[in-house]
Amino acid sequence: MKVHEYQAKEILARYGVAIPRGRVVTAAEEARAVARELGGTVVVKAQIHAGGRGKAGGVKLAKSPDEAVQVAGQIIGMKLVSKQTGPEGKIVQKVLVEEALGIARELYLGVVLDRALSLPVMMASAFGGMEIEEVAAQHPEAILKEHFDPLGGLQPFQARKLGFALELKGETFKQFVKFVMALARTYNDTDASLAEINPLLVTTDGNVVALDAKMNFDDNALMRHPDIAAMRDLDEEDPYEVEASKYDLNYIKLDGSIGCMVNGAGLAMATMDIIKHHGGAPANFLDVGGGASQERVESAFRILLSDPAVKAVLINIFGGIVRCDMLAAGVVAAAKALDVKVPIVARLEGTNVEEGRRILAESGLAIQPAATMADAAAKAVAAASGSGGTSGARAARRGK
Amino acid sequence: MAIWADSSTRVVVQGLTGKEGQFHAAKCREYGTKIVAGMTPGKGGQSVDGVPVFDTVKAARAATGCNASLIFVPPLGAADAIREAADAGIELIVCISEGIPARDEVLLRQALAAGGARLIGPNCPGIISPGKAKLGIMPAHIHKEGSIGVVSRSGTLTYEAVDQLTKLGLGQSTCIGIGGDPVPGTSFVDALAAFKDDPQTEAVVMIGEIGGSAEEEAAAFVMKNFSKPVVAFIAGQTAPPGRRMGHAGAIISGGKGTAKEKIEALTAAGIHVAPTPADIGITMARALGKT
Repeated sequence: MKVHEYQAKEILARYGVAIPRGRVVTAAEEARAVARELGGTVVVKAQIHAGGRGKAGGVKLAKSPDEAVQVAGQIIGMKLVSKQTGPEGKIVQKVLVEEALGIARELYLGVVLDRALSLPVMMASAFGGMEIEEVAAQHPEAILKEHFDPLGGLQPFQARKLGFALELKGETFKQFVKFVMALARTYNDTDASLAEINPLLVTTDGNVVALDAKMNFDDNALMRHPDIAAMRDLDEEDPYEVEASKYDLNYIKLDGSIGCMVNGAGLAMATMDIIKHHGGAPANFLDVGGGASQERVESAFRILLSDPAVKAVLINIFGGIVRCDMLAAGVVAAAKALDVKVPIVARLEGTNVEEGRRILAESGLAIQPAATMADAAAKAVAAASGSGGTSGARAARRGK
Repeated sequence: MAIWADSSTRVVVQGLTGKEGQFHAAKCREYGTKIVAGMTPGKGGQSVDGVPVFDTVKAARAATGCNASLIFVPPLGAADAIREAADAGIELIVCISEGIPARDEVLLRQALAAGGARLIGPNCPGIISPGKAKLGIMPAHIHKEGSIGVVSRSGTLTYEAVDQLTKLGLGQSTCIGIGGDPVPGTSFVDALAAFKDDPQTEAVVMIGEIGGSAEEEAAAFVMKNFSKPVVAFIAGQTAPPGRRMGHAGAIISGGKGTAKEKIEALTAAGIHVAPTPADIGITMARALGKT
């Protein structure tokens, strides 16, 4: 789960990570009081989940409380289009108004799980403000890494190693060590999957502060952190995905025209791949779960079909222990209940597959059966482009 | 021979008294697997379909000599269940449960490293050595005893691959689902190392997906240490970056873990990469010169 910058900073501050003074506001006028409190000059920052806000015009300096109101007014409600939002952009609902700080140096700090070693790793670099992937590509030697024990946590000597390597001195060095230790603690205690400070600021008066902050959390651990789970912002998520999550369906919206309904995540990805291989484009990733019960199939259908881009639906279910005849009955019932109009290609495999195929063929619905994944993909691609959906539809009319 | 699970494997099912545990344990028994005990804290003394239930794994082991465990417990209790099995000296631990926090898995990995237990999963379909033993939730009837080893991060996609192999007359030695989580107990390399020493296994199918670098590590291992033919498929060639594709571990993060990188590494190691999921069986048949 992702959270906003202001929420990440709120969590980090609880663990003693130094953050700039500031407050989040949802109405421009509220920025006046915050700016006054902070001494006049402030930075107004759009709060959306995507990065690249600065270049997109979502971060602005205001030199007075009046200007803060004006700038906040420009940003709130604007459609921010950054490298990470995609061309459709994001409407800004909130801005973070923060004290403006004098910049001496911009550094990078981030904690992630290193999957190759199965250990968390604290990364630091002198190239703050640049995306870490870019630094990794251009100056791989400039990324300092300290793996640490998830139980004992990052040790002070490791934080000092990073501070010395970054050539920090005196009071700044001390603050940096404290900062790094606090960041590692936050990561560990909150079941974070990412805790990134970029840039980490060394101010002109030598203080170490998190200018920006990004935190992601392990969805599997949110049950342990109700306070963090409550920070979920549905406005930032795709409405189809929000709807799907209500039914425990694993759904990700994509921009193609073939709606996919598959049981199992690996098979669902593989189905998207084979559609592409046959010249089509998947409209979504959707895992209805191993069981694929009628209720789930029905809610999955409803979500798929509410997307106007969907021109055909491909159902690919490997029955396994679940019987294909039951699945077929579920698909037919759901399609009838929802009066599905787009062509459907169904490929069922597993126990009682012949009976399952018979149920589909005799349903009176425009469901084209497919024998293999390749056959299913070819038929779905043809149906979505309008050239192959007809034979099934004709058969269906005859059936009626 | 097969690897890790065979007809001598004696299984305790942790969570046998639950709906999932009872259902799948019965299916494993039907297949001929020796399900000798169940374990659910507080339900010791009961029995499920004639299988005695114990309060602790230790008690189950003392009474039945079980040497493997199959786990169906809710995610927040799963890591504890795995630790209990390892503590009781269980050699093979198969955890089906999905949704275990990554931090618990990291800690688990450290805890298990000291002992000798092998963990398969979590978040996996389990392991089957066709004709010998099944510890998992996979449909038994699609499998056929033979010489192909299968190792996969997926569930239903593995069934798809096994089904293709069986229909082409290519039976399997052992099929292992290592699971879709970021910190699996068993890696591709672990499975390949075991298949290497297994005389029954003549070739291996490896099914990977986006996220992490386990496939690249497997490619490096194959290049150096593995001479049996390997066929691979990588799911998620069309997956968008930064999105978790169902499995907790299936995510391209920071531009790393893409299908393209993995396919390149596998190809460079001389592994036959199936172009689509429909070609996994036929690619193996060709690699073995059987078409």
